[in-house]
Amino acid sequence: MLLVSLLVASFVIFAATYLAPGNPIAALSGGRSLPPSSVHVLEQRYHLNAPFFAQYWYWLSNALHGNLGISITLRENVSTLIASRVWTTGGLVLYAALLILVFGISMGLAAGLRPGLVDTSTVVLTAISAAIPAFVAAIVLILVFAVKLGWFPAIGNGTGLLDNIRHLTLPALALAVSSLAIVARVTRAAVREEGEREHVQTAVSRGIPARQLIRRHVLRNAAIPITTIAGITIASLIAVAAVVETAFSLNGLGAYLVQSAQSKDLAVVQGISLLLVTAFVVVNLLVDVLYAVLDPRVSLGSRAT
Amino acid sequence: MSTGVPVAVLETERPWMLTSVQSTGLAGIASAAVIAAAALVAVFGPLLAPYNPDLPNLSLAWIGPGGGHLLGFDVQGRDVLSRLLVGARTSMLGPFVVVIVSVVTGVGFAVVAAWRRGAVDAVISSGLDILFAFPGILLAVLATAIFGAGLPAAAIALSIAYMPYIARVLRGAALRERSQPYVAALEVQGASATSICLRHLVPNILPLIVAQATILFGYAMVDLAAISFLGLGVQPPKPDWGVMISENQTGIVQGYPLPALAAGLCIVAVVIAFNVLGERLFERAQAGRG
Repeated sequence: MLLVSLLVASFVIFAATYLAPGNPIAALSGGRSLPPSSVHVLEQRYHLNAPFFAQYWYWLSNALHGNLGISITLRENVSTLIASRVWTTGGLVLYAALLILVFGISMGLAAGLRPGLVDTSTVVLTAISAAIPAFVAAIVLILVFAVKLGWFPAIGNGTGLLDNIRHLTLPALALAVSSLAIVARVTRAAVREEGEREHVQTAVSRGIPARQLIRRHVLRNAAIPITTIAGITIASLIAVAAVVETAFSLNGLGAYLVQSAQSKDLAVVQGISLLLVTAFVVVNLLVDVLYAVLDPRVSLGSRAT
Repeated sequence: MSTGVPVAVLETERPWMLTSVQSTGLAGIASAAVIAAAALVAVFGPLLAPYNPDLPNLSLAWIGPGGGHLLGFDVQGRDVLSRLLVGARTSMLGPFVVVIVSVVTGVGFAVVAAWRRGAVDAVISSGLDILFAFPGILLAVLATAIFGAGLPAAAIALSIAYMPYIARVLRGAALRERSQPYVAALEVQGASATSICLRHLVPNILPLIVAQATILFGYAMVDLAAISFLGLGVQPPKPDWGVMISENQTGIVQGYPLPALAAGLCIVAVVIAFNVLGERLFERAQAGRG
């Protein structure tokens, strides 16, 4: 299923860019008119006269070998251009994922286990922050922590590991804020629901200590919905990173994808789209594997509801 | 869920397990009011705007509120309030189109899959699984790279990306309805499949459809505003809340945050309203099925 998804996705990406209006020769020559001999050389080199499926095959087999073609604006290998940017995006998404898992789940647990003020304030706070788009979070964070307080830099990547982390802190927060709220809400609901289950009530009546009860009976069952929502939201960050990278002028894949889309540098658009879709599908696959680890019933093929 | 006497006793002993009965009414009504207000502004915005939203005057750039201009001027010296009021139309219309297209197609696929079952269901379901491989924003960026930046390409791409989420939930609901006795009774009476689906099955899952559509509106609004923010959606100088944030982003570091923040606040307020109302409708739809 994973391979089929990726194959179809790669086909859609290729077909879409193939159908794009515009003559590839004109794009390669930068709009100058070329002598017929040069046109012939280009057609040979890029297989422009080959049938559609043959062209798709050339592109895909090259892509699998790490050759994604040449950027028409920068005249460089797309793979090289992507490689120099992939760590910014990877670091940003991982940083945000860490924030979501640590703070989202602990906020949800606190709210789920402690009704009253903690719970009510978490519910209200997360309802608001779940609705804050990443780019709105970005401008508010820049305003407060970069302009007013001056704790963090507003733009750029920084040099060296510690400086990198400092530069990525505000972007990661902006990227995480709405997903963090969603994960906290789902965690809270799942903990609540499990707390009401009969087996938990039975355990309470038998005097099992609260700590053990929460860890062994509430959390283990609540882990499934928490994993689902954390997986979905973290996978979606891969695409949303483009917005945050643009807002903070980070040199990442997403921001580069947007620039290439504006300048119609289609080889770059194809390459980055393929990479991001692959990452998205792989994260979803990892979540499925994690289900089987968390819940043995899943691997037996009979998922209890 | 069967809850016997012991549970009630236990709940008084362990209050942390009690589910507090949420006061659902007030938040839902407030949300509906915010949505109604936003819809009215989307329709009548150009009439309500006190000034021309597109008239730049660089000598007025970044001037704060005052003199009849409640929210001051933006980066090009245009009246911020007027741009917000006029921009409501594109900011609301885009998500509206996305919701309509993805809900109509999603309901169609869900009902056909649930009705025909077997091979048809298998083909539709695996097709939906493959569509899940495309994150909405990525598909929208891809579409604008090919068809050129603009709201139509972005909205169509987002509709395609959202459709499987709608279809998957509704397919489950439609399958449950399909196995209800009333469907078999109608079939025995000789009612056609189309008439059973359109007149009975779809109306019965309508509360769930409306709840899904409401929640989806918030997501569509965020994603479309993000695409406009990236410069691939609504094109400046046309007023739009997402465009206003990217236009006035320089004001954040230069000490004039109001224009960008005002546009951001509009988006957040409307999205909160749709989220809260959608959740309430969803709870009701679930409870109604009992």
